[in-house]
Amino acid sequence: MDRQIKKKVTATVVSQERIADQIYDLRIETELAREARAGQFVAVYPHSAATLLPRPISVCEADAEACRLRLVYRIAGRGTAEFSSYKANDTVEVLGVLGNGFPTERAAGRKVFLMGGGIGIPPMLQLAKELEAEKQILLGYRNQDLFLQDDLGQYGQVYIATEDGSVGVAGNVMDIIRANELSADVIMACGPMPMLRAIKQYAEAQGIEAYISLEERMACGVGACLGCVCATRDVDSHSHVHNARICTDGPVFEAREVNI
Amino acid sequence: MNTQVTIAGVTLQNPVMTASGTFGSGMEYSDFVDLNRLGAVVTKGVANVPWPGNPTPRVAETYGGMLNAIGLQNPGIDVFVERDVPFLKRYDTKIIVNVCGKTVEDYLEVVERLGDEPVDMLEINVSCPNVKEGAIAFGQKADCLYDITSQIKAKAKQPVIMKLSPNVTDIAEMARAAEAAGADALSMINTITGMKIDIYRRRFALANRTGGLSGPAIKPVAVRMVYQASHAVKIPVIGMGGIASGEDAVEFLMAGASAVAVGAMNFVNPRATIEVIEGIEEYMRRCHVENVTELIGAVEE
Repeated sequence: MDRQIKKKVTATVVSQERIADQIYDLRIETELAREARAGQFVAVYPHSAATLLPRPISVCEADAEACRLRLVYRIAGRGTAEFSSYKANDTVEVLGVLGNGFPTERAAGRKVFLMGGGIGIPPMLQLAKELEAEKQILLGYRNQDLFLQDDLGQYGQVYIATEDGSVGVAGNVMDIIRANELSADVIMACGPMPMLRAIKQYAEAQGIEAYISLEERMACGVGACLGCVCATRDVDSHSHVHNARICTDGPVFEAREVNI
Repeated sequence: MNTQVTIAGVTLQNPVMTASGTFGSGMEYSDFVDLNRLGAVVTKGVANVPWPGNPTPRVAETYGGMLNAIGLQNPGIDVFVERDVPFLKRYDTKIIVNVCGKTVEDYLEVVERLGDEPVDMLEINVSCPNVKEGAIAFGQKADCLYDITSQIKAKAKQPVIMKLSPNVTDIAEMARAAEAAGADALSMINTITGMKIDIYRRRFALANRTGGLSGPAIKPVAVRMVYQASHAVKIPVIGMGGIASGEDAVEFLMAGASAVAVGAMNFVNPRATIEVIEGIEEYMRRCHVENVTELIGAVEE
């Protein structure tokens, strides 16, 4: 064999904390932390035999030395509800690290927007740690139930928007740009689809690069099942149609490459 | 201990294959599985031209199973013979190519293109529930199945496996039609048509509304159909449907399958195929079975 065989690993839960309504902060000990980069994800397998498929969860923080991964996720169904019950010293099955990650070299020395909306905020933390750039961190929340804003504040100027206007700018991350007359050379973002569409449009109007992290229902997580595809401008390399695989060709795409 | 089985003259080192559509052409899973250990790799369906597949969401989890409506996205036969066949040839395993099409001519074009390729068998997908034209339409009426099977048999240079749909009234009738038309083997079951609704959003979970159900939830249905079909025909049956362990595989063999395939469980455990192979060997040791073929149809009537 010319390739090393990879496998699911068993990680140990270090701690778990509820950090906002339905949002949990799970820290696990695993060697995967050594290879994890910003924008990549791990597939976490619920123990219950009723919930078969792994849940793709973004890397919020990776501490290579301590072999620790920090996963911040929202309860979205049975699987994530199970994860939220895990306590220190429990074990969890993880496959990874998966996906391409953000092309941090594209931001080196430049003025960059890190834009996170809702449960798209967690990957911004590892990204903020890795980027050597002028970082403006734009975060969108529903209401005053904020999370990770202090962690992110260590790495750059944080701007907050809330949908109900209770904290910061009323509206979303795009309203932050307008309200503060901000500008950037490159954008890196993760969040709900309407936000990513607005960013794609904004970046095209400004003529700047935007790297957006997409989400889709996944099954295998390794590029075989073709469940999690995204329409692309160019013919994709795998199926030679216009459907790239989010799990392996992404999840991060240059906004112009994808039709969202 | 002998784990070899022979299907239509092709000898597999063990009875464990991959189920079409769950394993790509092996490339992605070769990071997790030594493909040399598999009885055969059954590829994802390939058509005469690239197919883009269905809109997303294409997959949804259900209790103990999953629905998919991928819609047979595939790169077409040109890319397949240039990229996927040479990749698989590097491994010491049998290559079974799953063929799909919208018309009989589409199928025949792919079958003819594969005639001179180093592939061991063809599996004809007349049972995908997720594409509007072709596919399942050929697999739900016995006369249509007979017709397409005979036409494919007339052109195919490799043994032909007809992959049957469980979405029929009488699986035995379908099995007999395929056998009468000259099929060399049968594989079953393809997925069972299902539906899931997100009640809070009042939306279908899949963009295609319906999808194919697979995973452990469907195993008893699959075992029953393998039993019925294998007792209705003389040609070998390849059994699949929720196989997760060596014990599950042995159950299919006892029901009458001559080989088995692992499908959705690859997503749950990338090493599922290897664990099924090891599980069969473990069963054979524990139950003093010298030859795996002793297990085929071994359930006491």
